[in-house]
Amino acid sequence: MTATTVHVPPRRRGLDWSSVRTVARTDLKQLIQAKDFWIPMGILGAFFFLIVPATLLLTITHFGNIDAVHKISQALDVLPAKAQAQIKGTSDAGRASYALAVYLFAPMAVVVPLTISTAVGAATIVGERERGTGEFLAHSPAGVREIYLGKLIASLIPGYFTTLVGFGAYSLLVNLVVGPEVGGWFFPTPQWWLLMLWVVPPFLALALSLVLRLSARVRSTAAAHQASGLITLPLIMIAYSQSTGALFGATSASLYIGAVAWLIAVFSLSRGMSKVRRARLLGVADEN
Amino acid sequence: MTSLALPSDAPAAALDLATAVAPPPVATTDVVAMRNVWKRFAGVPALRNLTIIVPQGNITVLLGPNGAGKTTAIRMITGAMTADEGTVVVFGADPERDGESVRRRCGVVAAKPALYDRLSGFDNLVYSAELYGLGRKCDARIHAAAARFGIDQALDKQVGGYSTGMKTRLALARAVLHEPELLLFDEPTSGLDPESAHAVLQLIRDMTSDGSTVVMCTHHLIEAEGLADQVVMLEDGTDLISGKPAELARRYWPAAEVLIDAEDRSGLDLIAGAEGVTEYGRSDGPARVQLDDLTRVPELVRALTEAGVRITRVAPHEPTLEDLYFAVRREAAHS
Repeated sequence: MTATTVHVPPRRRGLDWSSVRTVARTDLKQLIQAKDFWIPMGILGAFFFLIVPATLLLTITHFGNIDAVHKISQALDVLPAKAQAQIKGTSDAGRASYALAVYLFAPMAVVVPLTISTAVGAATIVGERERGTGEFLAHSPAGVREIYLGKLIASLIPGYFTTLVGFGAYSLLVNLVVGPEVGGWFFPTPQWWLLMLWVVPPFLALALSLVLRLSARVRSTAAAHQASGLITLPLIMIAYSQSTGALFGATSASLYIGAVAWLIAVFSLSRGMSKVRRARLLGVADEN
Repeated sequence: MTSLALPSDAPAAALDLATAVAPPPVATTDVVAMRNVWKRFAGVPALRNLTIIVPQGNITVLLGPNGAGKTTAIRMITGAMTADEGTVVVFGADPERDGESVRRRCGVVAAKPALYDRLSGFDNLVYSAELYGLGRKCDARIHAAAARFGIDQALDKQVGGYSTGMKTRLALARAVLHEPELLLFDEPTSGLDPESAHAVLQLIRDMTSDGSTVVMCTHHLIEAEGLADQVVMLEDGTDLISGKPAELARRYWPAAEVLIDAEDRSGLDLIAGAEGVTEYGRSDGPARVQLDDLTRVPELVRALTEAGVRITRVAPHEPTLEDLYFAVRREAAHS
């Protein structure tokens, strides 16, 4: 029984993964139904992973833009010695295209998932409130932690999935276009595997943990999108620099960066799960 | 429906409001016991010392104007919101602490149907089934619940294309899918045409036949009439009065009342001072006569007939819930 003016915390129990899966699956099902979401998402992925790289790499390897190749070759001299040693190819065009393929496009692996996932995540809780469906969730037996985590996973998957598909397409493109210049298929490099599987996911989780808390606090989806931009922009810049650095550096650098990012992300996620209130789904200023 | 003035003896006979709202003792069969609950939003009280007791198997109607605190009360019951002060006990448990188990036994239909427009009706029900622990393989149960509310033929369509009535029916089907013991309806007929509203109210009535307890919020008095086993009238976040409609009416209008009409209404005035008449009133319409006992009626009719008054109508007046509602509110305003 609730004593007067004394709030008894909800009974703690283990995380109900079944509810997490249910919330995530249903949110994803709704996203799949939303053509106005996934068509722009596909275009964004295609632009960063196919159109821009194809244009640049074909310009260098097939159209023989000598001036551009020469400038890029000169720029390679400023790379760390370790990175320079890894560059394959005997011709200027081969070395330039290899360097572009491996080092220049690293940021897209960060920008694409963060952009897509934060767009989804920003609307997820405030969207429930605006549509009135938050009332259903608030009255359901699902715990707030399960709802938060389910929504985070449902926001993470579209961005990360697009990135993985784009990464696959990019790998194919790079190997087909640059491979002949450097003696065969070479992509993904070990650093890229680490970047995709170890460095990008925690940055994504960290960004989403913040964006979802924001989504629970703001009054409208438009406000959530604006505010999430302020949060994710610095994160994109950090992730950009760290991922680029990881590619230039040794494998151990990627491992350390990923590990630190995971630690921060886990801390931020657990904070997020404990801070979001059930009443936030209802759109009332219940601060209890 | 006629709005009657509060009888002159009503305050003394029926209402000391403080006494009227004194909470009854909690019986083991009470499904909900909210006592002296306060809730403030940004410092502004939404609920003020609210007490609601809901007995098992009853239909309890929360009556009140917009902003009276009905929806907040529903949210307190499921633990979706927490009380600042006071106690809330549902199924013997505290919804703030044991929210999951309490909510599992509740079915809620919100004022807005709260459905996912991009999903089909079936997927909406599957979502609910999974959250309420029924698992994913409950197709038969889903179809049965949908059929009960006549929405099974539209289950494969996206809810965005449903009419308001269809959405309400789907929301009702979703609320009963897990066979809850307590059903909470917040303005369930909001936005419905009269025919659909009538059907929904009939369905709610049917639900109690299997022993479910129902709490329904409305500001439509006509909906509560005949449906409510118990009414709780709310205003400004507090309960003005609660009880069975007939008992409340008796508390307000302890005297029997009849309406008498005649071709020449002025002739009716001769019974104003007759024996057994405790109050007599006539303006443009029929005379309203309060009696110490209904058995006085034949006597009055005989007296009028002997005086040459041609009577056209004699009818007992049963106060409606609307009469009661306005009498209570007037009383609250005066106090």
